Amino acid sequence: MDKNFAARRRRDLIIAAALAVIAALTPLFVKDVVVQNILILTLMYAGLSQSWNILSGYCGQISLGHALYFGLGAYTTELLFTKFGVLPWFGMLAGGVVSALIAMGLGYPFFRLRGHYFVIATIVIAEIGLLLFHNWEWAGAAMGITIPIRGDSWLKFQFARSKLPYFYFALLLACVAWFVTWWLEDSKWGFWWRAVKDNPDAAESLGVDVFNSKMGAAAVSAFLVAVGGSFYAQFVSYIDPESVMGFQFSLLMALPAVLGGIGTLWGPVLGAAILIPLTEITRFKFGGSGSGVDLIIYGTLIVLISLALPRGLMSLFSRPKKTGATR
Amino acid sequence: MTALLETRGVWQRFGGLVANSDVSISVGRGEIVGLIGPNGAGKSTLFNLIAGVLPPTQGSIIFDGEDVTRLPAAARCQRGVGRTFQVVKSFETMTVVDNVIVGALVRNTVMREARRKAHEVLEFTGLAARADVLASDLVPAEKRRLEVARALATEPKLLLLDEVLTGLTPTEAQTGVALVRKVRDAGITVLMVEHVMEIVMPLVDRAIVLDLGKVLVEGKPADVVRDPKVISAYLGDRHAVGA
Repeated sequence: MDKNFAARRRRDLIIAAALAVIAALTPLFVKDVVVQNILILTLMYAGLSQSWNILSGYCGQISLGHALYFGLGAYTTELLFTKFGVLPWFGMLAGGVVSALIAMGLGYPFFRLRGHYFVIATIVIAEIGLLLFHNWEWAGAAMGITIPIRGDSWLKFQFARSKLPYFYFALLLACVAWFVTWWLEDSKWGFWWRAVKDNPDAAESLGVDVFNSKMGAAAVSAFLVAVGGSFYAQFVSYIDPESVMGFQFSLLMALPAVLGGIGTLWGPVLGAAILIPLTEITRFKFGGSGSGVDLIIYGTLIVLISLALPRGLMSLFSRPKKTGATR
Repeated sequence: MTALLETRGVWQRFGGLVANSDVSISVGRGEIVGLIGPNGAGKSTLFNLIAGVLPPTQGSIIFDGEDVTRLPAAARCQRGVGRTFQVVKSFETMTVVDNVIVGALVRNTVMREARRKAHEVLEFTGLAARADVLASDLVPAEKRRLEVARALATEPKLLLLDEVLTGLTPTEAQTGVALVRKVRDAGITVLMVEHVMEIVMPLVDRAIVLDLGKVLVEGKPADVVRDPKVISAYLGDRHAVGA
């Protein structure tokens, strides 16, 4: 049995490495900038959703306010860069730390809430964050921040001529988020999180520190999402509150994981690979502004999946045997 | 020799309802003690106070020479109190072995060690063949057994069993009884709440009868069942007179 378990983990790692290599080679064949753009967003959301999945999927604390951490990552990076000349790489790290700290600060009161009340609190807090940035003059208020372009540079992590550096960073983000999840899955934290999700009372009776489990999950999750937000700010080179902290980001982090399989290792990757291209293509084909056809297609898909496969697409390959497993 | 567990003048009030009044009991090392009594006697409340689900309104709880009255459940588990739940609380989306690993992580920080321990406990409790099945796919008797396995994986000094034998078929109950004996033989003290007298009485070394929140009688099972006060508490005064 142990051998099966170890073999499965090794297999996951090999598949992930193979997929990463294939992904890394795609720019050799895909020269179209529009398609490259879709690939970058897909990888970014795979990473974001994977990070969201740590708190909401594994630990079961459903957050619909992760846009806050995404926005904080973006703002911390760009404020440090435009106001103090701090390189985005350090800003990225700082954004991650700020978000992790804020996530724990918010967790302190809110992790005492259960179920729907927690979800509502996350939405409200993210909206408050959005409003604060809307009115914060020093941070550009509603006008936002334009990142000054001073030529292609890895140091400043900005590239006007080619999208490839962004592509590789997005790939790295997706890989790191996946690997962190893979690693945590077979750790004390991973087990504690799943126990907390399934039954906090029983977890408590088995010596699990329920509150700190949630805090840990929130910190890791917020850190990685903030790194994603920081990347996104560099990628689009202009941020305003709505474009990095809007509610749609919270949804776009949650949906791939839900579609693919919440609380599973591969769910977010699978979900993002289907959902993000679909979102971008429908918007592209059916003309984004106002028509809403893209949203109709998008919504229909989600309804169908949630009716047919409530546990997500990964349940099609569900790993543990259903009955009568023997050695 | 000092007792492993002692409650001293424990009271628990829920608003106007007094669930436990002045309960003082003690459980010695290596004993199997049965906590019995009719419905609403306050057994489950006392049980939860010992497990640390809530602090008592008044009184103190001493475990292994330490006052644990104010410690939460997780801290008591670390000190060696393991428990099961009357209404089973399996981690439904996890496999049987993963359920037990959660318990094993209390004493084993290395995953490999925790996993080994979990398999050992599954072997001990007769669940080894079901290790890779999802907990949600177990039949009720197996879920009960999983509760015990999970608690045993925390390597408790005291195991609290909350109606683990209730609602089982006679054969299942007999296997359950055998398991409890095995647990005691492994050096673990057992305090069990039970409903079904004919199953518990042959099993326990000592029985404590609660009624209306108070300790009614305490003693050897054979004496306890003949005690008029106990018969009256269960069946009413009319039967007690005959006894």
